[in-house]
Amino acid sequence: MAAFKELHSRYAPNICGVIHTILRNRERAEELTQDVFVKIWDYRFSYDASKGRFFTWILNIARNAAIDELRSKSHKEQQLNLHTTFFVDMAEEQEEQTFGVDMNRVKGLIRGLGKKCHQIIELLYFKGLTQKESSDFLDIPLGTVKTRVRNCISRLRKNLVY
Amino acid sequence: MDVQAYIESGILELYVAGALSEDESREVTRLSLEHPEILAEIQAIESAFHRLGSSLAPAGTRFDFESVRQRIQADPSKGQAGTPGVRTLEPRRKPWATWAGWAAALVLGAGLIWMASERQRLQADVQVLQQDNQFLEQQVEAAREALAGTDSLMRELRDKNISVVPLDGQQVAPEAYARVYWNRDSGQLLIDAIGLPEPPPGMVYQVWSLKLDPLTPTSLGLLEDFASEENRIFALPNPNESEAFGITLEPAGGSETPTLEQLYTLGAV
Repeated sequence: MAAFKELHSRYAPNICGVIHTILRNRERAEELTQDVFVKIWDYRFSYDASKGRFFTWILNIARNAAIDELRSKSHKEQQLNLHTTFFVDMAEEQEEQTFGVDMNRVKGLIRGLGKKCHQIIELLYFKGLTQKESSDFLDIPLGTVKTRVRNCISRLRKNLVY
Repeated sequence: MDVQAYIESGILELYVAGALSEDESREVTRLSLEHPEILAEIQAIESAFHRLGSSLAPAGTRFDFESVRQRIQADPSKGQAGTPGVRTLEPRRKPWATWAGWAAALVLGAGLIWMASERQRLQADVQVLQQDNQFLEQQVEAAREALAGTDSLMRELRDKNISVVPLDGQQVAPEAYARVYWNRDSGQLLIDAIGLPEPPPGMVYQVWSLKLDPLTPTSLGLLEDFASEENRIFALPNPNESEAFGITLEPAGGSETPTLEQLYTLGAV
């Protein structure tokens, strides 16, 4: 249990950030983050390290939980589809604080990342699309998805240094 | 392989984001274990995504592990294999099933042996209980007879024609006492000798009817089998016009005249 507490303190902020970007609801994001960790515990034996990073495995669980939640709520209000944007909206937000998020910090991290970067990060990281799905959606070659995400994340990593 | 080119391709970013197929992912994992540079790059990419994601959590969010811990511990049965939302098929018959079968057979065999020995033990118990029961029935019968005897005794004692004569302890046995119930009509004496000590071996109590003036003792009989008469009540016939009664200790068989040194109790009518 001590090890799981360590995992929780290490990964919970990112999980909560991803869920919150999708839901834009602080309370639900916190609740769902808890749900995700309970689920991680329940299914801990099914994690297969040969299939990928633990980070990626729990990212998938979090994304699915958040998008399921959004689907169950939005079917009356608006159609949730591939054009619905989460991260792109946040990235283009002009306020210093939105939905409780410190935008100065976010802006510092994504400084120099253009719209195409916001978009590719949205699809791959927040929506969990595959390379092929992203390629189809953006109508760009598979290889371009790879090089674009490489460039965008390299820029993000440079910003981390400061 | 050109590790640097592989890193620069962007496949590792897709790997961390979970955008590769399962086969592609397994390939990346395998290469990351062979090439430390690839693993280091994956960790750096992961860290970048992690920092970005974390920055998007509401400021000041408390990540409360305690609630998670409570929910986990409320249902400790969880922790099954299988992917979320995916039902895993039952694997082929597991080896433990065979062991469980043998274990069950052993337990069953041991159980049968135990039951057989238990049956034998219970039969012996039943026999003992039957004997106990028979013995108790005899006791009840004896108690009934004793009660009937006591009843007739009580009837006699309550007869209005009965004189009660207390006999007090004399010099040789000051603590001794006895009581004589005398039915003049029937000429029957009942001597309650509960207050007399058990006579020494070879000796016997003898009961005397006395005329006082002049002192004339007449033997009424012996208190035979003193020890075995539990309630110490003895019946003797008394055809005399007695004025007093006395009990002396005499050699077995009794004496012609009372041994006055061994006069235990004496009482006047």
